[in-house]
Amino acid sequence: MSDIAATEAGAPAFSTAGPGEYFSLLKPRVMSLVIFTALVGMVAAVAGGANVNPALAAVSLLAIAIGAGASGALNMWWDADIDALMARTIGRPIPRGVVDRSSAGAFGLVLSVLSVTLLWLASNVFAAAFLAFTIFFYVVIYSMWLKRSTPQNIVIGGAAGAFPPVVAWAAVSGAAPVEAWALFAIIFLWTPPHFWALALYREGDYARAGVPMMPNVKGEAETRRLIFAYALVMAPAGIAPFAMGFAGPFYGAASLALGVAFVWLAWKVRMDIPGSKRAAQRLFAFSIFYLFALFAAILAEDLVALYA
Amino acid sequence: MPDPEEGRRRKQRNLAIAGLIATFVIIVYFVTILKIGGQIVERPF
Repeated sequence: MSDIAATEAGAPAFSTAGPGEYFSLLKPRVMSLVIFTALVGMVAAVAGGANVNPALAAVSLLAIAIGAGASGALNMWWDADIDALMARTIGRPIPRGVVDRSSAGAFGLVLSVLSVTLLWLASNVFAAAFLAFTIFFYVVIYSMWLKRSTPQNIVIGGAAGAFPPVVAWAAVSGAAPVEAWALFAIIFLWTPPHFWALALYREGDYARAGVPMMPNVKGEAETRRLIFAYALVMAPAGIAPFAMGFAGPFYGAASLALGVAFVWLAWKVRMDIPGSKRAAQRLFAFSIFYLFALFAAILAEDLVALYA
Repeated sequence: MPDPEEGRRRKQRNLAIAGLIATFVIIVYFVTILKIGGQIVERPF
């Protein structure tokens, strides 16, 4: 990594970036969600009969976390120009000028290689290839291609955030069965209403950066309609693990209640008065709790089944 | 010339990189031992 950071005026200056700035390139909050969903995928695979050494499973989880962080760093490398234009991202290390863009890119690339190698060593080539594909999907398909070209960016790009439980399942079992894809479906269908709710009250940000999000391309009314439509599809997907038999009645009841609440809040967004941001903010906040609670319910049930 | 604060940050970065490389090497070593498992004593000489 270079010690030289470009200043705003273009003149080089010695970098004041410490390890903390490089750590924030990994998007720690996103990384923590990836670790959690991957952990649930792993535990569900073990509860389903997969046999794994706990130490190797822990290293696999670490590798998946590093891969997620590497994706975040590469995303910040590529999106440095638009990050500087949005209030939500202007505080990131590159727009602030504490880490130069090429160092962030190199950091992300090195971590990508290390994470895939480590997962290969600790688990199997299938999981490692899947992790490599996930990084590629997030950086190239989403960040480089879709994000700036279509309002469907996060619909398709959301797959990148939905892959980790499948990668984790593959790491401990060597396969990606339909149960793993049920977890994928929950995150995949959750992503659009989650981000569109954010985009509804951050619309100015995305428009200023020229990122075609649904509200600034199709309009607020159409975005609200789509949020509700996706909520109607997502809620049944949330119940699928119970319907498929790999989650128990506790999960079934929790997913039903959480799904109804999600659809209700999405309906409030749908019916909110034009220009109001309140319902969208509430849905965005609840959506984070929704995903966490669903996966926590699976984890709790599986741990009870394994150790009780 | 970097000022003392910049020098301190650079030292922190270098130590962090050294620590991460050392951690990676240790993890790879133990993963290798775990993956080989009991087979290491059964290998033909």
